[in-house]
Amino acid sequence: MSFGELVSVRRVFEQKRYGRVVGEPLVAIDEASLSFEEGEFVSLLGPSGCGKTTLLRIIAGLIPKTAGSVRIRGEEVTEPHPDFGFVFQTPNLMPWRNVLDNVLFPMEILGKLDKAARARAFELLEMVGLKGFHDVRPHQLSGGMQQRAALCRALVHQPTLLLMDEPFGALDELTRMEMNDLLLEIRARTKATVVFVTHSIAEAVYLSDQVLVFSKRPARIVERIGIDLPYPRSARTRYTGQFMALEHRAGRALGIFHETADQS
Amino acid sequence: MSDTWKRLVLPPLGIILLLLLWQWYCVQFNVAEAVLPKPTQVAGAFIARWDLLLEEGWVTLKATLYGFLLALGIGIPIAVAISNSKTLNWMFSPLLIALQSVPKVALAPIVLVWLGTGIESKLAIAWLVAFFPVVIDTAAGLQSTPPELLELARSLRASRWQIFWKVQLPAALPFVMTGAKVAVTLAVIGAVIGEFIGSSEGLGHLLLSATSQINTPLAFASLFALAALGMLAYLLVVIVEWLLRPLLPPAPASH
Repeated sequence: MSFGELVSVRRVFEQKRYGRVVGEPLVAIDEASLSFEEGEFVSLLGPSGCGKTTLLRIIAGLIPKTAGSVRIRGEEVTEPHPDFGFVFQTPNLMPWRNVLDNVLFPMEILGKLDKAARARAFELLEMVGLKGFHDVRPHQLSGGMQQRAALCRALVHQPTLLLMDEPFGALDELTRMEMNDLLLEIRARTKATVVFVTHSIAEAVYLSDQVLVFSKRPARIVERIGIDLPYPRSARTRYTGQFMALEHRAGRALGIFHETADQS
Repeated sequence: MSDTWKRLVLPPLGIILLLLLWQWYCVQFNVAEAVLPKPTQVAGAFIARWDLLLEEGWVTLKATLYGFLLALGIGIPIAVAISNSKTLNWMFSPLLIALQSVPKVALAPIVLVWLGTGIESKLAIAWLVAFFPVVIDTAAGLQSTPPELLELARSLRASRWQIFWKVQLPAALPFVMTGAKVAVTLAVIGAVIGEFIGSSEGLGHLLLSATSQINTPLAFASLFALAALGMLAYLLVVIVEWLLRPLLPPAPASH
């Protein structure tokens, strides 16, 4: 990847305050830097509630940081950037809008609701397998289908950076695997840079070019794992020795193998 | 018999049963007309004074609906103001609650002094009675906007104005409709209070003057007309809700 650095995060520190009480730090990235290249797929892997979501929100400009620097193409992030697409843990669709109008919401806000936008929305819906569902209300869709629509909404304004916060965490295993393949396909087509928060080791390894393993709170990077699995990846990839070795490495970095219980 | 049939047949059957019981009671115990007229006498008054009831009913309906619209027109902006500004909320919420705690009937004579015996005082009282639920429900609706949706809007750098029109207000709409349904029935009460206190027209006034002339059948006829009017006003709100259904969340499936 030689597109150049897209995102750089340096010495970011975030601490919650409850009135006068200063809470424990949520994120404490004291490493020199962490940076993502343009076009790269990076997963932030860590236990639930470790602060990786907080870090993602800081990168997105949704919450302020206590200290440190987050730069996108060299520019300091101080507020949300419309060039980002954000996918939430829940589909987060508006129940009063049909699927198409939900997908078009960003274009409406950005004041770019035109024919081209509609054409693109239809194209995206077709790509994620929701062709013909544009007129349907979210509640009539399954959880997986709702998250597909949310994915279209995040992509409709052609963001260069896609930020995803455990988007498939609430889905069942099979649907999640389907969504993983869909995401790989989307990424191959759109060439978007993706920062993906997850607590699933398999998901992180399967999707990424780089996995950053985080410790428990405060979130520190304990290991960076480059994933050199070849593309295209498919269900078969999940059962290769290389894949399992990478999973094992990520698992060890997470500390799931306790000294006594570790028989391997 | 299917449920649909039952739902069509049983309500009128209940009314007929009650009317029969009433008629029987009056005949059996020889109740004086001035105390309790027979249903047939009420029906007679209805038929004889049909035009008068319609005319006075129209006056009351206008007062009700205008008062109701006033409640929406003033109540919704108040709710928007207090749910978007902590300062305004802290400054005026106690006042609103204090105002709601004052019996509106007690305010009516003062309103009368200020606004006279025309439709204005009726509107003011109807508004006073009806606007509180609109404020409370709308404010609750605005505050219940899912935080993730607000975050989505923020991530796109939506303006406050866009957030309000495209996210908060649509999310609050079901609550506004609930408030409106309560408000419209209260507006009828407000309008009648206004007519009781000082008005020379409307069903409330007709009811009062019929009673004072010991024309009980006409008084009862006005009472029934009032009930019908209240149901009509409620029905209008339900129709508006039905028209707005594309904007409202789906009703929970009823199987």
